[in-house]
Amino acid sequence: MAKSTALQSGARARLRTLSVLVAAVALALTACTGAGQQAPAPSGAPTAGATSAAPAPAPEETRTLVIGATAEPQTLDPTATDAAAGPQALLYNVYETLVRLDAAGDLKPLLAQAWDVTPDRLTYTFRLNPAAQFSDGTPVDAEAVAKNIERIQTGTTAPKLKNQMEVVVGTEVVDATTLDVTLSRPSVTWLFDMAGAAGIVMNPEGFDAAGSETAGSGPLTLDRWTPGDSIALKRNDAYWGTPARFDEVTFRYFKDPNAMNASMLSGQLDIISNLQAPETIDQFSDEGRFTIIEGSTEGEVTMAINNGAAPEGVPAGTGNPALQDVRVRKAITMAIDRRALLDTVWHGKGTLIGSMSVPTDPYYEDLADLHPYDPEEAKRLLAEAGHENLTLRLRPPTLPYATKAAQFIASQLGAVGITVQVEELQFPRQWIDTAMTNADYDLTIVSHVEPRDVATYANPAYYWRYDNPAVQEAVRKAGEGTIEEYTTEMRNAARIIAEDAASVWLFALPNLVVTKEGVTGVAENANSSLSFDVTTIAKA
Amino acid sequence: MFRQLLGRLGIFLLSLVAASFAIFVITQALPGDVAAVILGHGATPEQLAAKRAELGTDRPFLVQYLEWVTAMLGGDFGRSWFSHLPVTTLMAPRLGVTGSLVSGGLLLAVLIALPLGAVAALRRRQWPGLLTSATAQVGMAIPAFWAGIILVFVFGVLLRWLPPNGYVPLGRDPGRWASHLVLPVVTLGVIQAAVLVRYVRSAFLEVLAEDYYRTARSIGWTKWRALSRHGIRNASLSLVTVLGLQLASVIVGAIVIERVFVLPGLGSLLLDAVATNDLVVVRGITMVLVFAVLLINAAVDISYVLIDPRLRAREAS
Repeated sequence: MAKSTALQSGARARLRTLSVLVAAVALALTACTGAGQQAPAPSGAPTAGATSAAPAPAPEETRTLVIGATAEPQTLDPTATDAAAGPQALLYNVYETLVRLDAAGDLKPLLAQAWDVTPDRLTYTFRLNPAAQFSDGTPVDAEAVAKNIERIQTGTTAPKLKNQMEVVVGTEVVDATTLDVTLSRPSVTWLFDMAGAAGIVMNPEGFDAAGSETAGSGPLTLDRWTPGDSIALKRNDAYWGTPARFDEVTFRYFKDPNAMNASMLSGQLDIISNLQAPETIDQFSDEGRFTIIEGSTEGEVTMAINNGAAPEGVPAGTGNPALQDVRVRKAITMAIDRRALLDTVWHGKGTLIGSMSVPTDPYYEDLADLHPYDPEEAKRLLAEAGHENLTLRLRPPTLPYATKAAQFIASQLGAVGITVQVEELQFPRQWIDTAMTNADYDLTIVSHVEPRDVATYANPAYYWRYDNPAVQEAVRKAGEGTIEEYTTEMRNAARIIAEDAASVWLFALPNLVVTKEGVTGVAENANSSLSFDVTTIAKA
Repeated sequence: MFRQLLGRLGIFLLSLVAASFAIFVITQALPGDVAAVILGHGATPEQLAAKRAELGTDRPFLVQYLEWVTAMLGGDFGRSWFSHLPVTTLMAPRLGVTGSLVSGGLLLAVLIALPLGAVAALRRRQWPGLLTSATAQVGMAIPAFWAGIILVFVFGVLLRWLPPNGYVPLGRDPGRWASHLVLPVVTLGVIQAAVLVRYVRSAFLEVLAEDYYRTARSIGWTKWRALSRHGIRNASLSLVTVLGLQLASVIVGAIVIERVFVLPGLGSLLLDAVATNDLVVVRGITMVLVFAVLLINAAVDISYVLIDPRLRAREAS
């Protein structure tokens, strides 16, 4: 039976090709983790977006806006995860909040026309705009707002948002347009958080289907969602406020920065929301066709140092004990030429910083030169501390900027006599487990995109493993004080951690936006609401 | 015949089981706690434990594996850990994208490779044949993503004849569906054709040495007529085998091409799921791809019988 042998050998050969396929998947799993999206708190700043599609068909009379973005939402419910992608597309565009953050980072009325706070700063009274209504015509009343606050606290929402809402102990519906919210302690940050995803007021009718349908009160509503490709929004004709300037607004998602650039160059896109490959920015130097906006974000690219504090109930970590010596941490900071690193890693775009604070923070103080680049002084400090032969494990996540920075830093620390072993950790899973949860590292590099995240240094259980009562006290006072006290105390905390060299703050991420000629009104800075607010944008 | 088919079915099923086990082991072996990734910063130990229980990642390995396989037999591939949507819902719209790309690419590859392979065989000692063979060599050496980037740059950015990337479903606008698929299909098809040309050439060369070909020539048929009348059917036996074997590499190539051309296909979904550690989705897609490859290869075996009457005759006797 000639054929049966042919069959068997064919089957063997095919099993080989099958194993090739399985191996390819295995390889992809272990190696292809560069594009870490779905960034949790310390996030892969250069996130990635997905696949594509086409700007909506544009009959002459339709006014469209197409925005290229990187991180794609996994769900249409912006409160379900703490990823930035949901709020980017939906906040202020589809979903509204009681108060909003404007381009300058100031709080402005949105669903609430006005709000008062009692002198003890524990009870807020919001007066809702009586005109406000959801896209199905139901009014946005105090009852609906109260239900949303409860949903954040008890529903299946992101732990980050639950923590932001944790300070609320009660809501009281005074009448249809008046809501009292009572806090357990004064909090300056709570109202700011209410301008972000935590404060989204969703039509309670839409709670159950929020993952795949939107139920907002904003100027746009969902037209269609094509996972892996785009989210298309259309004008909400029943909008209660100033109508949207566009009939269709599409967010297209790109994992590959080069594909996004090609789309922009070919005229498919109106805006690149944040350029992820800064070295390609010169492609858009034609001023007749494109405008480049260089603003700031809330992101600090940080090299974490394991400070070695091990509070009860958290894993002890494996930080090198030498890092508990402030002289060693200062030496590490001074051994790194951060200007040269910024040129290498982010094409020189971005701002040098000296603490966990960005220039748009109200409490910002320029500390970039507190520990200037000085390898000689770094060697002297190491000798003084008795650590001339130090070996450290630098464990960056597998994100392009982090691995690039790691090589650069390894060589610079080598120059002052510190041996650096670079071991990459697959992002997000392995990195979160190893570095964040178990503090199993000496040094690691990641971008922290949370606003006002200097407060993380007040938590000894955070992966910095930094325990300093002075910082904890300052952050506590800031949170419970007045706006003025908040500013003073946060500045104080940022200065203490800088003097302590608790981490090495490499640089603040820039917000690089490219717009097509004729597009105006795009905010220069990305603020803490995470929204890519299209309500201010116009197209000639 | 029946026994052979039964044996073939057995191989098919065994391969599926082996593949499912391999896929599960590999995805399970990744270090780290996916609950911490899903919940993000600020999750309490209780929330983490509840999440693990919800995902079932706290149960023994074999229990998880068996549950996964059992559910799949009922058509349930589970729900994405991140979006909570059923994996089948995520995959359904993308099958069409990948299907269009792979079938278009294969079709184009065959359409290019057959005539070129014939030229390379018939004119093997003259410049057209040598040129074809040399071009095929160069074509095989070009990485698909690089070819894609060049095509995007030339036709999408410089000339602006075609959209550089993106996708429009067939149902929404057939014209724009086609225009968006031209560059990716050409990229995949041309690269695959380069591989295929060499097989077509050697298959035709074998035919040229056969008695029936010499007979056809001796009764006055032209080279081309003899080859198209007798050659294609005889050569297709080995070509179908090669095509079946190539399928796995075409699918892997499609994954890369989907990325370059930002097509929302299965490959893009797979890469996204890998990046976020959405292992339920990774397993589901991999199983579907493995299933497709195994199924096509089984079909190739059966097609031998259809192509080759000698096999049918032998079966009958």
